[in-house]
Amino acid sequence: MSLTRSQHEPLIDVRALERTFDVRRRVEGRRRRVRDSVLAVHDLTFTVAAGEMVGYIGPNGAGKSTTIKMLTGILVPTGGQVRVAGLDPSRDRVELARRIGVVFGQRSTLWWDLPLRDSFDLLQKMYRIPPARYRDNLDRFVDLLDLGGQLDTPVRQLSLGQRMRGDITAALLHDPEVLYLDEPTIGLDVVSKGRLREFLRALNDERGTTLLLTTHDLQDIEALCDRVIVIDHGTSVYDGPLAGLHAQGGSSRMLVVDLVDEAPPIEVPGATVRRVEGPRQWLSFPADASAAPVVAAVAASYDVADLSIQEPAIEDVIRELYSRDA
Amino acid sequence: MAESGPALHLRSYLQIAWLWIRAAWQYPTSFVLLAVGNGLITALDFVGLWIMFAHLDDLAGFTLPEVALLYGSASLALAVADTAIGSVERIGAYIRTGRLDQMMTKPVPLLVQVCADQFTLRRLGRLTQAAIVFGWACTYVDWTPSRVVVALWMLVSGGLVFFGLFVGFSCVQFWTTDATEFANAFTYGGATVTQYPLTIFPREVLVGLTFVIPVAFVNWYPCLYLLGRSDPTGMPEAFQFASPVAGVLTMAAALLVWRSGVRHYTSTGS
Ligand SMILES: Nc1ncnc2c1ncn2[C@@H]1O[C@H](COP(=O)(O)OP(=O)(O)OP(=O)(O)O)[C@@H](O)[C@H]1O
Ligand SMILES: [Mg+2]
Repeated sequence: MSLTRSQHEPLIDVRALERTFDVRRRVEGRRRRVRDSVLAVHDLTFTVAAGEMVGYIGPNGAGKSTTIKMLTGILVPTGGQVRVAGLDPSRDRVELARRIGVVFGQRSTLWWDLPLRDSFDLLQKMYRIPPARYRDNLDRFVDLLDLGGQLDTPVRQLSLGQRMRGDITAALLHDPEVLYLDEPTIGLDVVSKGRLREFLRALNDERGTTLLLTTHDLQDIEALCDRVIVIDHGTSVYDGPLAGLHAQGGSSRMLVVDLVDEAPPIEVPGATVRRVEGPRQWLSFPADASAAPVVAAVAASYDVADLSIQEPAIEDVIRELYSRDA
Repeated sequence: MAESGPALHLRSYLQIAWLWIRAAWQYPTSFVLLAVGNGLITALDFVGLWIMFAHLDDLAGFTLPEVALLYGSASLALAVADTAIGSVERIGAYIRTGRLDQMMTKPVPLLVQVCADQFTLRRLGRLTQAAIVFGWACTYVDWTPSRVVVALWMLVSGGLVFFGLFVGFSCVQFWTTDATEFANAFTYGGATVTQYPLTIFPREVLVGLTFVIPVAFVNWYPCLYLLGRSDPTGMPEAFQFASPVAGVLTMAAALLVWRSGVRHYTSTGS
């Protein structure tokens, strides 16, 4: 059903979305705090089709959580439009809730003093999940996420990783079409992160669940998302495949040249020396240009002992992108 | 779906509340201690009145059983409202901890979730005490069929008035957090005031308690009818039958404020 619809209409449709917050700020020299307004999200436009896995990244305070809160109906936009599954999230919030799952990594949805199982049972009632389907889903997620031993433990006694798996199960029991994850891997160790990524990938493969994921861990994005939206100062600065970020960021590759003897900085067209350390020199050239002419030019004029090329790290690319509009 | 609207909300409410009762059962001792302690504290309240009467023959022309009727009916309405929806006053804490955000992503109306969350029978003590006082006072009432009807709707309407006050004033916290004390001044303050015959207050106060914070309809006006007294303050006699109107209006106003509060909700920055 959702597949046929997706061909006509995106599952998530965000147009010129805007959200401001009124804040009171203390200003030196004035007794009373002055009113001010923060533009948390503005002029934000994107669509997500059913079944996509989209990484939503940006520096602290970029507006990621604010966007997710508008997509879930928690916050009412101050401008623009947002539709999810054909609904207006803030107006049809309760109806939309049945069709989406939300995980806020820093905050649990589970009831602190109750055993996991009780939280899940209550969710079954709230979402009115048919008993058979509930049992199937619970068994499956508990098995996949390895939560069997913790079902009767009060949530406050769970480790962070266990609690996070509990939260993800809680968000999925009702088979949502979209799952929003706001920093789901925050604080998890490497093994837990890996397991969680595997689980999310399988979820998308098998059930076609659409994922929108914010994170500061780019490995999450590399492992899961074919598409990234980079947001900075409340608006999107890049939307496309992860690989395309290189070109967008104006990033460069590095040619590391080991000369036979120390020499003054190499001069060849299309590349610039960044660093010299004895006989070793680092030359940068645009990431979207071919390395071959640079290598040929260096080899033609210098005595080269060894050569290697370093690809730009995605972290650097994004850092570059952020700092450019700062 | 056969069920819809209020019936469905009530069922969601009961399911959430039941979960909390079950959870409290896991620590039976502390549950019993809390309930007993709570009952004792409220009992002392009434003992205070009793002592006062030991030195006075009447309070502003009202005998002990008459004051007990005023006190019992207001306490009963407050205890019911407090038990059913008392957690709404914690909304500021829910906002600060992000719990409210979580609730907003669930397919049950927010108000139902907020009211049912951490449901506790701890106030059972207060409820029992209020019921006993009210029951005792009732034995002094000269019952007629119409008085029975007025007494019943007095309790229901009183619950609605307090429901409205709790919800309405808790909404202040959507705009400024940490306003619990401010809200309490009106809800519990209003309840305290109604424990006395309102004739002890200046007329301006009575007008305020009738038209602004309508707690006079919780017990004062209907009790005048139950006791067969003419209104010593000369307010219209119709007020003695107007409790349901006051209850429904207060609640409707509260729901409007609530909706507007939710739309103004700004969540937290992290
Ligand atoms: N409830 C609020 N009241 C006032 N300002 C807010 C509120 N929520 C967010 N903001 C502001 O809006 C901006 C965007 O915040 P948001 O939480 O969306 O950022 P984020 O991208 O999720 O950041 P992070 O990576 O740190 O989680 C910030 O400047 C923040 O201070
Ligand atoms: Mg955030």
